[in-house]
Amino acid sequence: MKNREYQQIDPQALATPTPTPPPRPLPEHKPRRARRRWEVFPGKNRFYCDGRMIVARQSGVLPLTLGLILLTSGLFFIFDCPFLVKHLTSCIPAIGGVLFVFVIISLLQTSFTDPGILPRATPEEAADIEKQIDNPTGSSSSYRPPPRTKEVVINQQVVKLKYCFTCKIFRPPRTSHCSLCDNCVERFDHHCPWVGNCVGKRNYRFFYTFIVSLSFLTAFIFGCVTTHLALRSQGGNGLVFALQASPASALELVVCFFSVWSILGLSGFHTYLVATNLTTNEDIKGSWSGKSGNEDVGNPYSYNSIIKNCCSVLCGPMPPSLIDRRGFVPSDDSVQTSPVEIELPAAKNDINMCTQGTKGLLETASRSPLLTSSCPQAKPQAVLEPLPEIVPEPPKTPHKHHSHHRSKAKQSTHHTPKTSNSSPRPHHSHSSRRKDSKNRDPKFSSLR
Amino acid sequence: MAETHSLQDLRQAAVASKVFVQRDYSSGTICKFQTKFPAELESRIDKQQFEETVQTLNNLYAEAEKLGGRSYLEGCLACLTAYTIFLCMETHYEKVLKKIAKYIQEQNEKIYAPLGLLLTDPIERGLRVVEIIIFEDRSIGSR
Repeated sequence: MKNREYQQIDPQALATPTPTPPPRPLPEHKPRRARRRWEVFPGKNRFYCDGRMIVARQSGVLPLTLGLILLTSGLFFIFDCPFLVKHLTSCIPAIGGVLFVFVIISLLQTSFTDPGILPRATPEEAADIEKQIDNPTGSSSSYRPPPRTKEVVINQQVVKLKYCFTCKIFRPPRTSHCSLCDNCVERFDHHCPWVGNCVGKRNYRFFYTFIVSLSFLTAFIFGCVTTHLALRSQGGNGLVFALQASPASALELVVCFFSVWSILGLSGFHTYLVATNLTTNEDIKGSWSGKSGNEDVGNPYSYNSIIKNCCSVLCGPMPPSLIDRRGFVPSDDSVQTSPVEIELPAAKNDINMCTQGTKGLLETASRSPLLTSSCPQAKPQAVLEPLPEIVPEPPKTPHKHHSHHRSKAKQSTHHTPKTSNSSPRPHHSHSSRRKDSKNRDPKFSSLR
Repeated sequence: MAETHSLQDLRQAAVASKVFVQRDYSSGTICKFQTKFPAELESRIDKQQFEETVQTLNNLYAEAEKLGGRSYLEGCLACLTAYTIFLCMETHYEKVLKKIAKYIQEQNEKIYAPLGLLLTDPIERGLRVVEIIIFEDRSIGSR
């Protein structure tokens, strides 16, 4: 059991957020309900079941995917199966049922599993990394500093590790920052709108199972419906009669016909990726295919054996989730107040970030009491200096583009814990995450 | 004689600084930490002791991520059950993580806390770093 310090509060004592947040010290901070980490998660994700399930913020077309699968399979079981059982064999609904169950379970697991999100660096870590990075051009230029990279040799191959300005870490190899989810994801494959989540290290095997079983299911339904219509149109009745007798089959036929090619193609492509231990991201960028003219590149992560590659990707050990969604946020972090400071604005944006974030950042920057007249870029030196005590700015308004600026407010006055997904606002942190303050007890038991 | 700290004493001690031991990616994406001895710890702890701790941690993580008969069996079984087995069973990786947590606690109690240091389990930092908290040494000992 973790050593948490929080007190039970009564609902009336809950401090309602004041719309004008001057950073004056609060003499008596009302004790707050202990919040779970998912509630203060900085990425653009949504959480259900009190942090047990995680999806990207935009569910994409997941409802459509689910709907199509359920509809087509439902029509198949209701309209085609009785005829086929009578005329052929009762194995057909059995096989269909097994495939359907596989498809649905793997789809839900792909969508609701943490893909391998890397938690962002704590302020001290970020400070430590900053100290190690030498920026010879100085920070007074109006452009963002050159992307920071670190080189490492893996398997006689030089791999460049890039610095992520949002997460404040050097990305491990094969990790990429997803701009839709605003997280660094390990072994990032791609962000799939059909499942409404990123596909990364932890859920790639679910994704692969999903597309393979879906291609089998689609092909199976297509075959069965064709057989059904063929059987019905025998005896001189013709296809039109068959279609009239079973109109649902026509719909299934259309859906399956269009999906089977794309799903089969996708399955084939991913089978190739699995066999060569590549990710979609690497394949698209041509990281290891020598496109840039460098002839002696090869994939340093491949075991050079198809079987071993397949086994390691699909049957390897299941890594744990690194983001600890259901742990509690230490409550003593919310009590401190300090002078405000805003982190470096646009200059520090990650390359992948869209311009919306910049706009939001500049909005916040302009509202900050520090940056009344001076140019934001003149601030960096001052900002970078007092690192050990990085302090946040309380949120002015809960704005949508939280991803770029790391202004973490100590008091999370605006956010009550959300248990449903009805609010369009992301569950992001204007409150502090795990800040190591002087009051914080060192954790001895580190079991999650 | 220099005053040694116990874990309880450390709770009241002030944090002087933190040292971060970064990941070593030279062997690929497996979890491995650099065994390079940080300069800030020179006055506090034996270099060999530190290296031994990190090396043991590396070995434990290698065990967790090892591709062998056991992990393949687990993976195949999980695939056959449409991965629903992950809901009921604790994976091998999680078992090793518990072992690691215990090891770190032991190390803290026996070796690091008496020297005014504290290791943080890397899993709490997303397996990015091993964070070592250096506490202020109130006793001016002859260390």
